Amino acid sequence: MAQQAQLQSDRAVARLRLGQTGWALLGVTPFLVFALMFLILPTMYLIVGAFRDADGNLTFNNLVDLFQPSIRSAYWISIKVSLASAIGGAVIGFFLAYAGVMGGLPNWLRPTLMTFCGVASNFAGLPLAFAFLATLGRTGLVTVLLVKYLDFNIYSTGFNLLSFWGLALTYLYFQIPLMVLILAPALDGLKREWREASAILGANSFHYWRYVALPILWPSLLGTTILLFANAFGAIATAYGLTGSSLNIVTILLYAQIRGDVLHNQNLGYALALGMILITGFSNAAYIWLRSRSERWMR
Amino acid sequence: MKQSRFGPWLAIAIGTLYFVLPLIATFEFSLRLRRGEYSFDAYAIVLGDPRFQASFLYSTVQAVATIIVGALLIVPTAYFIRLRLPRLRPIVEFITLLPLVIPAIVIVFGYLRLYNSSSWIPLTATTRTSDLLLTFSYVVLALPYMYRAVDTGLRAIDVRTLTEAAENLGAGWTTIMFKVIFPNVKVAILSGAFLTFAIVIGEFTMASLLDRPAFGPYLQLIGANRAYEPSALAIIAFIVTWACMGLIQLFGRGPATAKR
Repeated sequence: MAQQAQLQSDRAVARLRLGQTGWALLGVTPFLVFALMFLILPTMYLIVGAFRDADGNLTFNNLVDLFQPSIRSAYWISIKVSLASAIGGAVIGFFLAYAGVMGGLPNWLRPTLMTFCGVASNFAGLPLAFAFLATLGRTGLVTVLLVKYLDFNIYSTGFNLLSFWGLALTYLYFQIPLMVLILAPALDGLKREWREASAILGANSFHYWRYVALPILWPSLLGTTILLFANAFGAIATAYGLTGSSLNIVTILLYAQIRGDVLHNQNLGYALALGMILITGFSNAAYIWLRSRSERWMR
Repeated sequence: MKQSRFGPWLAIAIGTLYFVLPLIATFEFSLRLRRGEYSFDAYAIVLGDPRFQASFLYSTVQAVATIIVGALLIVPTAYFIRLRLPRLRPIVEFITLLPLVIPAIVIVFGYLRLYNSSSWIPLTATTRTSDLLLTFSYVVLALPYMYRAVDTGLRAIDVRTLTEAAENLGAGWTTIMFKVIFPNVKVAILSGAFLTFAIVIGEFTMASLLDRPAFGPYLQLIGANRAYEPSALAIIAFIVTWACMGLIQLFGRGPATAKR
């Protein structure tokens, strides 16, 4: 009798368990269906399309065609702008984060810096382009003031906001803050004792950075730089607002292709998208790998 | 150990110069509409423009819809992953990271091919469904931030005990979800929500390619045709971003930080 009751309650528990897992699966289903429909399938469609010709046959010609001069130069300018803004953002961001975290400055400075970086890293796109046009455009405040007081016209030196360096300089406005936000926790991980220990062993500041701090920090530094690269590579609105379609970067080329098939080949457009996914995908994979390396020291 | 503070101060000074100068210049430029004197005319023109009001309202509604749809999708998922399906965690986390890997313009390109008016689900065929598609695209953009925020929020509360207590009191799972879990991660949802708002309000690529009358395409239109109004709009956008980040800090300082 007692055994039977035990058996029955076991069954009830088992049914409940099964029911719970069933409910749980039902609960995550909308999310999985959503991700499939609005993230994975649209991307797969482009990836598959990149390997097809107009009649739907398998081909690698689209990928080969990516190396024609106009497309190759679009990729190349995108890569150069992203690299310049990523490296610039990483170096300047490192010094800013260092100053804010370990510079021995007043306590109010760090939270102020962090809040401002949170705002500035999200201040991108068209408004950022407008801001830089008002600052360094031909009639921008800084341009005008430099001419008026120092008799120095930056545009006569060959500088143009609507060019490679102008775009890189503008991108720094969200790249530097992102670097500061990601790097500050890593700098917190540098223990005070390491510096003291190296000082006791007779190391000066250079020795400390060369043999202790940088070897520990380099995965974070490199990883974040790669993340900044991917961040700039996928950006379009800032460039579009700044230069219209005059600067031939790959996102603007893709935008024009989506709008009006400027390449006169739908499948080449898919290949263009695939190339972008490959570049940002590899960058992110490298970032994740480097971050897992850097976490070894950050306990 | 005494260290020189000159370097750090120099870095902060240069940083401040680089970040504040464009803001000052933009503000100064936005006041220059009237020849020979400063005025707020550019702001008056922009704020009085019916297209500004319509597009800003449209993007605000889109942002709110994104936050609601996002929360309804993400909270149950994060909850069940944490409580019952830990084996699915790597897959779900990978999915939530994908929007950071695949550029937005590529995602929307896929939509236009997969959901065009001659496809099996013609979402771009009518205005209503295009609006819906734009909302979904914004949910995708917000996914990494929303998921991270909600998952952190769930970590701070004891999900298992709360669920068991509610079950013992006879609650079904809708009751558990909406009367127990949602109220407990409210702060996390809010901080994700303000970030989502800041991203959605000025978003250009998706709205432009889906041809919706959002604030981003309006910014582009004004930027291409006017001289001083874009600066006024940039200042307004900066204030909106600043307000969103301020609200995150305000709500983040509540009970969530106390528990850490």
